[in-house]
Amino acid sequence: MNAPALEARDLKVTFPPRRGRGPARAVDGVNLTVGAGEIVALIGESGCGKSTLARALVGLIRPTAGEVAYQGTTLGYSSKALKRFRRYTQLVLQDPGGALNPKQNVFDAVAEGPRLHALRSGLHERVHDALSRAGLRPPEQFVDRYPHELSGGQQQRVVIAGALALDPAVIVADEPVASLDASVRGEILRLILDLRESLGLSALVVSHDLGLAWNIADRVAVMYLGRIVEQGPVEDVLLRPKHPYTRALISVLPGTDVDPVLLRGEPPDPTAIPSGCRFHPRCQRFAALDASDERRATCTGRDLPVLTAIEPGVACHLVDQPIEESHASSDIR
Amino acid sequence: MSLLEVRDLSVTYGADVRAVRGVSFSLDAGQTLGVAGESGSGKSTVALSLLRLLPSSARTSGEVRLGDEDVLTMGWGRLRTVRWAEASIVFQGAMSALNPVRTIGEQIREPILLHEKVGIRAARERSAELLDSVGVPARRVGAYPHELSGGQRQRVMIAMALACRPDLIIADEPTTALDVIVQAQILSLLGDLVRESNISLIMISHDLSVLAETCDRLAVMYAGRIVEIGTSRQMIAEPRHPYTRALSGAFPTIGDPASRLAPSGLPGDPPDPRVIAAGCPFEPRCPEAFAECSTHPVELWPAGERRESACLKVLPEFAKASA
Repeated sequence: MNAPALEARDLKVTFPPRRGRGPARAVDGVNLTVGAGEIVALIGESGCGKSTLARALVGLIRPTAGEVAYQGTTLGYSSKALKRFRRYTQLVLQDPGGALNPKQNVFDAVAEGPRLHALRSGLHERVHDALSRAGLRPPEQFVDRYPHELSGGQQQRVVIAGALALDPAVIVADEPVASLDASVRGEILRLILDLRESLGLSALVVSHDLGLAWNIADRVAVMYLGRIVEQGPVEDVLLRPKHPYTRALISVLPGTDVDPVLLRGEPPDPTAIPSGCRFHPRCQRFAALDASDERRATCTGRDLPVLTAIEPGVACHLVDQPIEESHASSDIR
Repeated sequence: MSLLEVRDLSVTYGADVRAVRGVSFSLDAGQTLGVAGESGSGKSTVALSLLRLLPSSARTSGEVRLGDEDVLTMGWGRLRTVRWAEASIVFQGAMSALNPVRTIGEQIREPILLHEKVGIRAARERSAELLDSVGVPARRVGAYPHELSGGQRQRVMIAMALACRPDLIIADEPTTALDVIVQAQILSLLGDLVRESNISLIMISHDLSVLAETCDRLAVMYAGRIVEIGTSRQMIAEPRHPYTRALSGAFPTIGDPASRLAPSGLPGDPPDPRVIAAGCPFEPRCPEAFAECSTHPVELWPAGERRESACLKVLPEFAKASA
């Protein structure tokens, strides 16, 4: 088997303490792989650490522990190693309006990467080629335009073209469609699928949107408070979710038939991660346990192992155990 | 009698940007209406014009009847009373809509003190009750907006909108930028409030599935016009306008094999709001367009029970037309 295109191995990113709080364990032990030609969706709420993980995977944040690897090679953090790595993997950000320089035309925006990497010969072809691969055809019509003259979908295509101009093997896209209109969303997602088909591009797509995973991903990893809590093929995880958190996420999607499980409260604080299972304070299954149930002590006291990257897995003490879930426990307030 | 009746509302920005082009709908007490559309469709302009909140560069025509008065022609004094007390708005970015240097308690009390003849003590009590009713602990009344999470700030916005017991709440993208779980909490809160207190609700969003979850009826806007209106169930289950179909396909149902590894989108961009096209404005992007679409004028035609659609295909003579 080929080495994975991009890997996180026992990755941890901890931010230093601020204002009397503890250090923030934004990414708290994650194994994740993106295979060659694979599209993986990383799903979670704001504050779960998914964007930090994405930034660590493209080398923008140096992990506190663990390592990032690409094609089996461990990423070094010398500027030379990083520069080489950045031709190999590219980040696409959420808000294309903010990612583009308003005073730079489309040609210069796309040419910026190749220029930084001293790819001067054939720059014109390279930029035009990237634009047409990103669906801006014919490229001549777009190169002289400025971001404000483009629609949101076109802006996002320019950002993607900028990434493609370096012939990367992997793109990491952080909420690539969250700020786009419904009708444009599908177009950009289809572009990511087409690029996989035509260029063999691998992708890690970070989002809070489970529908996006269903639309384009092969595998999905659900992240909660710095850890992957469930990981596996899209059909398994989304149609037969095992972790109570994944189940809650799916149950609240508009148009689903299952009773919504409205988790109480908001995503908790990475500076104060609960002991034992980090999800237990919001868990509907834990809440349904009798006060005398011995399993409560396991949930509150025993840490869960970090999931491996390859095998599908669920980080839950109660997985596959019968529990009578009452609706009172999952009430909103 | 309807609580709100909008007749032939048109809004033009500057000289020739026709953002809204003849929108009519009505809403009974306790009813909920969702308005969907992409950026530039005019949905937010409609929302703002209901309370005359548009910038001065906008010229408005038509009628917005709230009860038996026309909001568009009433005097300023009366308009001030109507805002908050009869109809209020929940805006989208709660961080920018709240004043960062005043506590949330002060901000909720402000409309109460302005509009009702009550003392500060009664206003305090009421603001605590309101916070409690939207699921924010009443002890947080002294908190500043930055101390709250995004979901809590949106709840505070809803508490403010409820402060003077209005008959109508207009919610402009109330859950955009919120996470799925928080979004579900906010939607269920809005739904409960509407049911319990018989308030009417107009909710604006680009996500049809979110609207269908909360609203009885849906209106889909394109290029400044309503192109289809009907009950949520019908609109989702059997959309009659190709644009509605495209919007409802944009957010897939998990488990639906048709959308697995097949995202559905809509190529092209909405038309320039300065141009008036002959025929159907959606024709250039429409996957089902046929020859007459570019010339035959469109309007909302009856398309079933309590249902209207502005697609030529609902007319018997074009029902079988194809590209």
